[in-house]
Amino acid sequence: MNDEHKNTLIDYVVQLGDDSLVLGHRLSEWTSKGPFLEEDIALSNVALDYIGRARMFYTYAAELAGDGKTEDDFAYLRGVREFKNYLLSELPNGDFAYTMARQFMVDAFNSLFLPLLMNSKDDTLAAIATKAEKETRYHLRRSRDWVIKLGDGTQESHERIQSALNDLWGYHLELFEPCPAESSLIEQSIAADISTLKDEWLLLVSNVLDEATLETPQSQWAVRGGRSGYHTEHLGHMLCVMQSVHRSYPGCQW
Amino acid sequence: MVAQLIDSIPSARYERTVLRLKSCYPELWDILDQVTDPEIPVVSIWELGILRDVDLKDDTVFVDITPTYSGCPAVDTMKDDIVIQLNKNGFSNVHVNVVLSPAWSTDDITSQGHAKMREYGIAPPNDSPLGCAKHLTPSAGVRCPLCSSDKTQLISEFGSTACKALFKCDDCLEPFDFFKCI
Repeated sequence: MNDEHKNTLIDYVVQLGDDSLVLGHRLSEWTSKGPFLEEDIALSNVALDYIGRARMFYTYAAELAGDGKTEDDFAYLRGVREFKNYLLSELPNGDFAYTMARQFMVDAFNSLFLPLLMNSKDDTLAAIATKAEKETRYHLRRSRDWVIKLGDGTQESHERIQSALNDLWGYHLELFEPCPAESSLIEQSIAADISTLKDEWLLLVSNVLDEATLETPQSQWAVRGGRSGYHTEHLGHMLCVMQSVHRSYPGCQW
Repeated sequence: MVAQLIDSIPSARYERTVLRLKSCYPELWDILDQVTDPEIPVVSIWELGILRDVDLKDDTVFVDITPTYSGCPAVDTMKDDIVIQLNKNGFSNVHVNVVLSPAWSTDDITSQGHAKMREYGIAPPNDSPLGCAKHLTPSAGVRCPLCSSDKTQLISEFGSTACKALFKCDDCLEPFDFFKCI
């Protein structure tokens, strides 16, 4: 593996780790604040799955880099511009409807993306995807059920989830746009070609929204930039909290 | 009959069993039977299907384990417990390697593991009326590990840990965990 290829692969693996870590951390913010006990536990469990994925991706990136870095260096010692996650992951949780609408959009995406990554020629990426895909089936079933319950629930719950979807909609386009460096990995069947998934995603999502008596937003606005390190103001604040212990006690282990 | 028995064992578990039976170091596998899942302290890492391989090179023991769920917090504890258990038995150099492929499945849990789970109060994956084929959690009918009633219903797909769902029994009225199929 030459250096250029190796660095491209590391960047790809790290950005997948960033998506997982940032969303996992957001979900973990619900711990002890869930609307009721079972839901609190469910959100925390899904958070753990995502943080676990992040650890697998970062550990692999560290192994590829082979320069003594560990998963913790990626998670705790990078600044906001170095994170490459999709913006959708970093948005603050909002109310429960907002969190579930976002989760449904992401779970639907992962239910299509992970099966592609399972076919990666890179054995480790394929193995991580195989593991994650099984978990995503559970995640999607739950977030889908919540979207239907809230949409087809009371007037209040319907309005809240519809407004969440309207607010989040412009962030979904970024999910289907491979960054330029990815194209060589896609050609080698290492990275999954996410640009092929958009129609299928839209169909999956709009079918569920129909069932939930919700409108699929038609708005054309789009926000992007996560993959280039351009973030919303929210990520910096989140990292300050997430990284504070590690930065206060560098190298601390327990 | 024997052929049927072998057929009914999922292939990954069968291969793992063969690996253990053919191992040159059966005593190492036996030592690791003492290591259990901290969340289900009656089930060993072998019975749970987490222990994949054990080898000895020079004076170092190499142990391969696989996580159940990506975010399973018990993995780090089990790694430590493996090292402690082998140290106690005179093996001071231990290297625990976490392997991801093939991904862990509930099919990897042995039948002894199922029985011990049930005895401990957790419904094992096979006690679902759907079996494990579709990897779905049923909304009702998982057999209650406490009173064996089938009149049970799902409360939450995510129970006390990611690997379990929460059920309640309409007969004995007790809540219980169901080890999900994955």
